Amino acid sequence: MSTLADILVQGVLLGGLYTISALGLSLVFGVMRLVNLSHGDLMIAAVYLALAFSFGSPEVNAVLLILVAVAFAPIGYALQRLLLNQVLDPDPLRPLLVTFGLSIVLQNLFLLSFSADTQRLRIDALTEAVVSSGAVSFGALDALILVTAIGLAFGLQTIFFHTKLGRRLRAASDDSSTLGLMGLNWRHVFGLASAIAFVVIAIAGLLLALRSNVDPFSGPSRLLVAFEAVIIGGLGSFWGTLLGAMLIGIAQVVAGTIDPGWQSLGGHLVFLVILALRPQGLMPRVAQ
Amino acid sequence: MSLLELEGVEAFYGDFQALFGVGLSLDEGECLGLVGSNGAGKSTLMRTIVGAHDGVVRGHLRFDGGELPHHEPHKAVGLGLALVPEGRKLFRSLTVEENLLLAEEAGRKGQWTLARVNELFPILKEFAKRPATRLSGGQQQMVAIGRALLSNPRLLLCDELSLGLAPIVIKDIYASLEKVRSEGTSLLVVEQDVEAARRVSDHLVCMRSGRVVLSGSSDELSAGQVTAAYFGTEAA
Repeated sequence: MSTLADILVQGVLLGGLYTISALGLSLVFGVMRLVNLSHGDLMIAAVYLALAFSFGSPEVNAVLLILVAVAFAPIGYALQRLLLNQVLDPDPLRPLLVTFGLSIVLQNLFLLSFSADTQRLRIDALTEAVVSSGAVSFGALDALILVTAIGLAFGLQTIFFHTKLGRRLRAASDDSSTLGLMGLNWRHVFGLASAIAFVVIAIAGLLLALRSNVDPFSGPSRLLVAFEAVIIGGLGSFWGTLLGAMLIGIAQVVAGTIDPGWQSLGGHLVFLVILALRPQGLMPRVAQ
Repeated sequence: MSLLELEGVEAFYGDFQALFGVGLSLDEGECLGLVGSNGAGKSTLMRTIVGAHDGVVRGHLRFDGGELPHHEPHKAVGLGLALVPEGRKLFRSLTVEENLLLAEEAGRKGQWTLARVNELFPILKEFAKRPATRLSGGQQQMVAIGRALLSNPRLLLCDELSLGLAPIVIKDIYASLEKVRSEGTSLLVVEQDVEAARRVSDHLVCMRSGRVVLSGSSDELSAGQVTAAYFGTEAA
C-alpha cells in the first residue's frame, strides 16, 4: 500500500514538472495553433541565460531566476512579432519549418557558447531538502515544482477566462482575422500571448535544470511529453493540460516501477489510449 | 467634403482582380445602399474600405479627408469605421456579453455603451451569458451590429444583414438601423435585395463584375434602371 502511495506521489510530482513544460505550449498552440518545435530548446535557453548571468556558476539564487523568467517576456514578444507572426499560415508547414530551424540554431548556439558538457543549476537550501511523511518522502524542490505547476495553471486559467486580456486571447484563438474589426491588432495580441508563454517556458527550463542535468540537445525530448500533455488535456484548457501531464507522469512512474526501460513507453501508451477514446482531449475549452 | 470617398479602387485575390476602378462617395449622415448579385465585388469592397482585405489594393480610399490605411483594420476602427461582416463572424468561445465587451474596450469611446446597445436590442441583455453562436440568426445579427456600434463609428458598414433571416427579423433589424442613423451615424449598407436597399438608403450604387455600373438617388432611380444594371440587361 505504501509502495502504491509512493508511486502515486512520485508520479504526481513528475507530472508537476511536465505540467510546467506543457503550459507554455498549451497557450501558444491554443491561441495561435502554432506548433513550436523549438519549445524545448527555449526552455534550455533560459538555463543558459541564467548560467550566463551567474558567470558560468551553477550556484544561483531565486532573484536571478525570477529576473531570467521576466526577461523572457520581451524576448517572446519580439520573437513573435518579428519572426513567428510572419510565418503563421493555414498551412502548418511554414511555422513547423521555421521553428525547427530555430531549434537547430539554438542547439548549435548553446554548443558553441557553453560546450557539450552537461550543466545544472543549484540552490543548495532547496535542492538538498527532503520532505518525509510516513513511508512517503520526496524532495522539497519537487514539492515546489508541483505547487508552481498548480499556481501557473490556476493563474493562466484566471487570465484566460476572467480578464480583458483573456477575452482577447480567446477571441484571437477563435478568429484572429476578425479581431481587427474590433479595433485590435492581432499581431500585438499574439505577441502578448507569446510573452506570457515565454515566461512559463523559462520557469519550466529553470526548474528542470534545478532538478536534473541539461545539455545543448536536451530540448527536443521535452517537447514530445509537453505536446502529449496538451493534446490529451484538451486544447485551450490549462487544467486539462495539468491533468494530462499528471496522467503521463503517473503512467511513467508506474511503468518505470515494473521495468525501468518502460518508463517513457508508459507515458506514450496513456497518450495513445486517451487519444483513441477521447480525441478532443479530457477537458477541451470549447465543446465542438 | 465627403465623409468617405473612393477613387479608382482596385483589389486582387492573388492574380485575380475583383475590383476595377471603383469610385463612390458618401456624405456625413447619409445612408448609401450598395446592391449587386453574388460575385459583384460588394463584400470585397466593404473589406477593402475597412482594411480587412488581404490581397493587393490600389487606388485612393479617403475618410474625412485622410487616406485610409490598407491591411490594418484596427486603425480603421480607430478612425471611426466599423464593419458588420457578412456571416456575422461572432467569436464562438465568447458569450454575448464578452463579444460586446471586447468591442467596447478596444473601440472608440462615445455615446454607444453596453447599456445603450442593450436598450436597442433588449434580448441581448437577457442572453448575455450565453455563447454568442448558440443564438438564433437574427439574435446573432443583433450581437454583430451591437458589437460594431460599441466602437462608436462615424460610418457603419453593414454587409448583407438580411442573409438567411426571416422577413419579420429583417424588418426589426432595419428599424434598429434607422435609430442608429437618427443619432448621427452614417451608413453603408450592402444588400442583394434591391427593394430593401432602396427603402433604407438615400443613394444607391449598383455593382456588377467588380465595377460600379449605376449610381444615383434612391428616389430617382427607377426599378427598371436598377434591375437592368443589376443583371446587365437593357433598361425597360
